[in-house]
Parts: sequence; structure tokens; C-alpha cells
Amino acid sequence: MSEQPEARITTYREAVREAIREALMKDERVFLMGEDVGHYGGCYAVSKGLLAEFGPERIRDTPLSESAFVGAGIGAALGGMRPIVEVMTVNFSLLALDQILNNAATLLHMSGGQFNVPLVIRMATGAGKQLAAQHAHSLEGWYAHIPGIRVLSPATIEDARGMLWSALLNPDPVIIFENNTLYNLEGELPADAGAVDIDRARVLRHGEALTIITYSASLHKSLEAAERLALEGIEAEVIDLRTLRPLDDATYLASIAKTHRALIVDEGWRSGSISAEISARIMEQAFYDLDLPVSRLCSAEVPIPYAKHLEDAAIPQVDSIMAEARRMVRHG
Amino acid sequence: MKTESRKDKLQRMLRMMILIRRLEEKSAELYSATKIRGFLHLYNGEEGVAVGVMETLTPEDAVVATYREHGQALAKGIGAGAIMAEMFGKQEGCSRGRGGSMHLFDAATRFYGGNAIVGGGLPLSVGLALADKMQGKSRVTCCFFGDGAVAEGEFHESMNLASLWKLPVLFLCENNLYAMGTSIRYTQAVQELAAKGAGYGVPSAAVDGMDILAVEEAARIAAEHVRGGNGPYFLECRTYRLRPHSMFDTEQYRTRDEVEEWKKRDPIDLFIQRIKDEGIWDEAEYVAMESDVAEEIKAAVAFAEAGTMEPVEDLTRFVYAEGGRP
Ligand SMILES: Cc1ncc(C[n+]2csc(CCOP(=O)(O)OP(=O)(O)O)c2C)c(N)n1
Ligand SMILES: [Mg+2]
Repeated sequence: MSEQPEARITTYREAVREAIREALMKDERVFLMGEDVGHYGGCYAVSKGLLAEFGPERIRDTPLSESAFVGAGIGAALGGMRPIVEVMTVNFSLLALDQILNNAATLLHMSGGQFNVPLVIRMATGAGKQLAAQHAHSLEGWYAHIPGIRVLSPATIEDARGMLWSALLNPDPVIIFENNTLYNLEGELPADAGAVDIDRARVLRHGEALTIITYSASLHKSLEAAERLALEGIEAEVIDLRTLRPLDDATYLASIAKTHRALIVDEGWRSGSISAEISARIMEQAFYDLDLPVSRLCSAEVPIPYAKHLEDAAIPQVDSIMAEARRMVRHG
Repeated sequence: MKTESRKDKLQRMLRMMILIRRLEEKSAELYSATKIRGFLHLYNGEEGVAVGVMETLTPEDAVVATYREHGQALAKGIGAGAIMAEMFGKQEGCSRGRGGSMHLFDAATRFYGGNAIVGGGLPLSVGLALADKMQGKSRVTCCFFGDGAVAEGEFHESMNLASLWKLPVLFLCENNLYAMGTSIRYTQAVQELAAKGAGYGVPSAAVDGMDILAVEEAARIAAEHVRGGNGPYFLECRTYRLRPHSMFDTEQYRTRDEVEEWKKRDPIDLFIQRIKDEGIWDEAEYVAMESDVAEEIKAAVAFAEAGTMEPVEDLTRFVYAEGGRP
């Protein structure tokens, strides 16, 4: 065995690939299936090289049949395998929504606790690349609506590397959302990187002025906004939700008890969103901690447009986060 | 009406094929220049299908297409300028810049998109045809889709429904042997796609999609069947995309040799040869045609460049009908 370096620079994409490789090596029940995962090397090049290494039995190219191969993943999980099903993007997962909701999420319950579905579904999500209204939505919040599944949103390289194995150890169906704008993200990964906790949110930046609660690509915009706000004397606390279902209320409530201001940044649409859920929970559990009403920055209520200036305007940005944080801090 | 001479007709068809090819080449160039963004899927090598099929449709017929639809859009009559402006994200574009390359729409020519969900257009075409049938209109709805879409449930559900209700849909499959980077041999148990019609009672045929005149002939039979009120028809055009799937594709899944082999069957070259064989080729006219097409593309780019950005204040327009209920 070659000696492991202490820590190394890698990308989000490579971290996901390593996680899949590790799972394939550790557990022979694990296999990957989805569109273009094999010969093409993955739509976002995540599974590049895996077909050559593990062969077509374990890296399975599927036809364009989202409902069938997600359903087959559910069946294989029932049958004793540990499938990782890749759906190219969340937009196409809607063709498999019936299988995810009516089968994966309900079988355990309908069978009176007899049948677990230890399935992991990975999919890309998010706007920002001018892919227009059928390729750019963030529907994580919808999935977080469904009891019976766990919804993960790795925004950091550590989580991209670690969440998959934790998900595979989980006896219930897990959906992992990978924001397509993060695949090229570079960062450090400790040599011993491995499974991570998938129950708790994480405070990524400490501050007293306000709490920014966010996830996925918006985490990085929020962190950048926080750094720039610090130059103006505003120290924001930034929380990465990491897991959208079940939500870890304790972490953000503890922060709000300290800052008394809560801003939620969410790339999903505002109405009926995960941000609406969090806002309601804050109102229910921390109403008297607040100096001013909870604020939300979400996607505009419009299908994501192609034209760049309109797409940019449709989703939360560093500038809009800064402006809203300033307003909230000045207010109280 | 004066009937068009054979020579004029073939020249007109050739010009459309060349216009499509040059538009695609220019689009690739403008993508590299970052004038066009997002996903861009080019039609090079498949021009004979769109142009051959469109010969058999009337302006009243509807077209539903995929994200690889510049060719169908041009052939159906959307101007190159409106297409280019769309790809530039300008409000002068055929979808006001909201859609981009994958979502060209045009009510005037009955062009119902530009659908980027594989298989997504199929049920839509069934509905358009249902509306025509219920309103006693003898129009055809022609739905273009790829070999990849044949694996989707929506293909099978749509074929069954259209057949069951005898709806005027021309199911037009462009079988270019690949769905993104996955060869049809890894995805279809039965690779002769035309055979699938039998299970739904839909008359079906397969044709060499690189031979525009063969496409036209097969499409005419299909369109006449559909127009005659006999229910749907499934036509598989066997073709090949000469360029990568999109601008992001590194083409690891096929060999250079394979692509070179297919280039020998470039539908434009084959058609030119055919016109020469018929003895009606005119080199001078061809040269003039190429420069005429070049002018048209140049004008389209100029139109797109001169186009304007929709004001950001209008971001949330077109989500609901404007002006309230009728
Ligand atoms: C439902 C759905 N799944 C996956 C995709 C991603 N995708 C876009 S094009 C494509 C290949 C489609 O191939 P085919 O239907 O043969 O059309 P072609 O691109 O060859 O013209 C895939 C997998 C999508 N757009 N929609
Ligand atoms: Mg294809």
C-alpha cells in the first residue's frame, strides 16, 4: 500500500467518485445504475473510469426509463442488494416520482414494518448554467415533504465524500442531491475522510449579528456574503442544513437564540418551500427569540429562464444576501 | 398554381439542408465565443430527416420536437434570425430568450417546441391530435423524437393511446444509434425500433435517414395515412449525428473511425450526388446558393446581435396568462 498524504486538494466531483468506489469495494451488494453512467462516464463525469474498473454488472448503463430503473432499484434493494441509482438531474426524477413516493417511501409502512428499502438515489440539481426551465430547478424541498425518505444535500467536499457511505448504511431510502455548479469546487479533504454524520446541520461560520440558514450551492454564496459583511462589521453565523429531511431544528434554533435574527437562503421556489417549513418551525419554537420576523431569499416564482441576466435575477445571489442581511441588522 | 420543376424542388430542399448545416456550424462557433450558452445540441448529419419529412407536411400541420430542433424549426418556417436571437437570449428570439436553443417555439408556424425532457413531447402530440380530431380538422401532428425516447414509458403510452383513439399523429423517430453516450445496443432488447409499432397496432416503417428522397417518400406515405383519418403512423429514420451530443461531450463512447465512416454518408453529399446523377446539377447555381445561405446566416447573426435584453423587471412575466381570464 502506498502511503497516504495528510490532506489533499480534490474536487467535489472526485470526492463523489471516490465515495462510490469505496462503496463498491467495501460491499459487494453495492452497484451503480443510471443513464450514461458507464460508457459515457457519467453526465457530469462523476463515474468516469468506474466501468473499466468494476465492469458492466456493477456499473450498469440503463435505457432512458427513469420510472423503470428507479423502480428496479427499489426492487433490488428489497431483494438484498444495495443499489446506488443515479438519476441524471432532479428534473428527470419526476418521471420516477411515482416509484419514489408510492413505492420507496411507503413500502416499509404499508408492509407493517416488514420491508425496508435500503436504496440510495443520487441526482444533480440547481440553476446557474443557463439550462432553462426543464433543466435548472431545485426540487429538494419537494422531496423533503415526503415521510419515509431521507434527503441529503452535500454542499462541501467532505460531505460529498462522506454522505454516500452513511446513506448506504441507512436502512431507509435516501436521496442525495448534488448541485451541478459544485462539481468543480476544489478543496481540501483529510486523508482519513470517510463516513459523516447525516443527522445534524453544521455551523460553518460563527457570528453574532444574524443566522443565515442555507444548503447546497447557496451555502457558498452565503459564506462569501458573510465574509464581505464582516468587512462592514456584520458577523453572520452561517448554517449548512446538510440534511433536509429530517431537519435538525436544534442547530439553527440554538443559533437564533444567540443572534435573534434568521435569514433563510433557498434556491427553491418560495411558496411551499423548505424555507417555508423552517420559517414555520422557527415561529413555532423560537418566536420570542426573534428581534424581527424571519426573512427568506428564495427563487423568484418563475420557471428558470434561459437568458443569463434573467436567470441570475431569478435565484439568490451574494449581493441579494448581503443586502437582506444589512437590512435585518439595521432594523433591530 | 404553377407546379414546381423537379430541379427547382431538389434545389429548394438542398438549400434548406445547407441552411441548417451552416446555422449549426455558426452556432458552434458562437458557442465557443460564449454568445450562445446553456446546452447546445447540433443536428449535423440528420438534416435529411427534418427536410424530407417537412416536404410532406403543410403549414397547418403541427410539429413537436426535441432539444435538437434547429433543423425542424428552420424547415417548418421559423426564421434563422428569430432562432439565433433566441440562442443569444434576446427578446427578439422566437421564445423571447426565455427558452434558448432547446426551447424554440412559434405559434405562427405551429411549432410546439423544443422539449428537453426526453419523451416529453410525445403525449403532447397525442393531445394536439386529439384536439384536431375532436374539432374535425384533418391536420397532422408530427412528433420528432430520438431513439432514446423509445425507452421511455411515454413513448409506449402515447403509441397505444393514439392508436386506440385513431389520432392523427405521425410518430417520427430519429434513430441516430445513440442516446447521449450510450449506444442503442446497451439499451434496447429489440433494436429494430419500427418493430415496436406492431404491439400497438400502429403501421410502421423504417427508412434510410441519410437519403432525403427516401425519407420524403416514406414520410409521404406516413403523412397521407395519418391525414386520411386512419390513425397514427410510426416512421423510424435511421440516421447518425456527426457531431458530439452537445458541446460538453468528449465522445469517449465511439471511435473516430466510426464517425469518419458515417461522414461518407453525409446526407448533403449524398443528395448532391443524387442531383448530379439525375443530370440536373448546376455548379454556378450551387455556388450562388451557398453565398445566398451565407448572407442569410450573416443577417441572422446581425439580427441577434442587434437584439435587446428583456428588462429584469419582467422576470416573472409569462407564468400566468396576462390580462386576466378571457
Ligand atoms: C427524461 C430525461 N432523461 C434524461 C435526459 C438527459 N438526456 C438529454 S438528451 C439524452 C439522450 C437522448 O437521446 P435520443 O432520444 O436518442 O436523442 P438524440 O439526442 O440522439 O437526438 C439524455 C439522456 C433528459 N433530457 N430527459
Ligand atoms: Mg439518439
